Amino acid sequence: MPYLIILFRRITQAVGLLFAVAILNFSLIHMAPGDIVSTLVGEMGGASPETIAQLRKSFGLDLSFPEQLWIYLKHVAQGDLGTSVYYNQPVISLILDRVPATGLLVMTALVLSLTVGTTLGVLSARYPRSWLAAAVNVLSLFGFAAPVFWSGLMLLLLFASVIPIMPAGGFYDIVNGGTGWRKALDIAHHLVLPATSLALIFLALYSRLSRASMLEVMGSDYVRTARAKGLRESTVLFKHALRNALIPVVTVAGMQFSAMLAGAVLVEAVFTWPGLGQLAFESILRRDNQLLLGILMLSAVLVTVGNLLTDLLYRMIDPRIQIDA
Amino acid sequence: MPDATVPIAAPLSPAPDALSGKTLARSPWAESWAIFRRNRAALLGLALLTAVALLLMFAPRFYAIDPFEIVGSPNTPPGTEAPLGTDFLGRDVLAGIVVGGRPTVMVGFCAALITTLIGITIGALSGYYGRMTDRLLGRVIEFFQVLPALLFAMVLITLFAPSFFTVTLAIGLVAWPSMARLTRAEFLRIRQLDYVRSARSIGASDARIILRTILPNALPPIIVSATLATGTAILFEAGLSFLGLTDPNIMSWGLMVGSGRTHLREAWWAVTFPGMCIFITVLGICLVGDGLNDAFNPKLRQR
Repeated sequence: MPYLIILFRRITQAVGLLFAVAILNFSLIHMAPGDIVSTLVGEMGGASPETIAQLRKSFGLDLSFPEQLWIYLKHVAQGDLGTSVYYNQPVISLILDRVPATGLLVMTALVLSLTVGTTLGVLSARYPRSWLAAAVNVLSLFGFAAPVFWSGLMLLLLFASVIPIMPAGGFYDIVNGGTGWRKALDIAHHLVLPATSLALIFLALYSRLSRASMLEVMGSDYVRTARAKGLRESTVLFKHALRNALIPVVTVAGMQFSAMLAGAVLVEAVFTWPGLGQLAFESILRRDNQLLLGILMLSAVLVTVGNLLTDLLYRMIDPRIQIDA
Repeated sequence: MPDATVPIAAPLSPAPDALSGKTLARSPWAESWAIFRRNRAALLGLALLTAVALLLMFAPRFYAIDPFEIVGSPNTPPGTEAPLGTDFLGRDVLAGIVVGGRPTVMVGFCAALITTLIGITIGALSGYYGRMTDRLLGRVIEFFQVLPALLFAMVLITLFAPSFFTVTLAIGLVAWPSMARLTRAEFLRIRQLDYVRSARSIGASDARIILRTILPNALPPIIVSATLATGTAILFEAGLSFLGLTDPNIMSWGLMVGSGRTHLREAWWAVTFPGMCIFITVLGICLVGDGLNDAFNPKLRQR
């Protein structure tokens, strides 16, 4: 089947899936006791029944559930995520404000864990009895077993308190942050610890995975052929073997996107990183439902796009793979 | 929190005895245990888990101090007023550690149980029946994979009031897709083996084939994955209570780390020790899970 048709089918499926997610989210929030009007009335210190009815009407809460759901879905389909009651701003602009911080954090952690993780995995597959392989083993156990918020706090204790070389949190220094290049450097400085703690979990996973699949690939005929041709060891390792060993790593990396967002929520809380995770957390506590729905929707979209990209990457790495829709 | 790593499945076969050439009369389970017993890392994991279990079961009897009670001045270092120091309110850190593991571990186990049950059911039906059932359930699995797990659990818990029940259910509900995929793959593989065909040819019912013929043979990787899922669920619970979303009246390790973190500089012990307990528990689970994986896959060990 032509690639474009498969792609098209995948995308329509994804859109359908996202609508199902939107329906589920909306229904859940609708089912929960208490709504925005009761919160507002509580903050106002009570209101007359007429005012309450008026307020409910202004938020469209007097309509039946199917009607409300229909209106919500129609807005979502048009890209309108509504207005946050707490901030009194469009949800979409609130979210877009926070995307750079989270994007920077997640992308840095992803690149860091993938490059360092696969390199460690390749080396420990090549030299299985070395101290490096043992160290990678220990590191991967640590990465899986240590709660990310705890390892983050331990890094903070070590590098911001005992040896104070790193900032204790935040995105950049408001007072001496500077502008232009100095600001970029300042942000990078603030990024080191959060990105490291987030990368640590996935570093563990990728080094393990790439080692396992490298071990499998290293025994194959084409690696022997490459060696017999007299290619340099680094060429054999990184060009011939790694390319095939990467497939499972890429698959898992694509599936871990949602886990990465989850990790970001915790890491942002530890380092007071002003990203989407913090925004989500606040909106949950404040029952800012419209904002919450928007963030849930966005993360579902991100995960779906991540899965789609994984499918595409697959084919780039290994053209033999047949994607069946 | 990464998904439980999916082990590579290999069929169990009795190893031939090298000297006599005869097949050993041990069952596959006994053989796996024999391999497990020789694995030092796995035994270390088992020891860690036993230690944690003993701590959770018996330590509260010997160290019966209310973890919420203020027993001394705030932020005293370990060994002065309390064995592991006091937190920013003057509460005993050791008292919190002694009881704080119970909710975490209980939620972890029960949530992993839910994950496993849902995962096996969906995966088995999907893999066994194939066709429309598979396609339909595949959509369901995909749907739950798209949901952002932690955020979704956070929402469920805050919307429906935090309790043991909601927290467990929320974690169990978001974590099962990888288990379902694994079970499905196993069922797809085993379904076409000869012994399943022969079971079908003598007229065994679908339920019997699924439960008695295929499931026991699919169990090894499922057990490994369930072990690791317990670790993931514990980390999940710890994360939720770290954020302060679980019941604030129940002391737990995650809650201790969360409440102590703003006073990290003054009282590192109130954060470090409870976090270390979570780490040790999950580490024990990981080591045991890895050991089981090796024990069930003798092929992997020869590398």
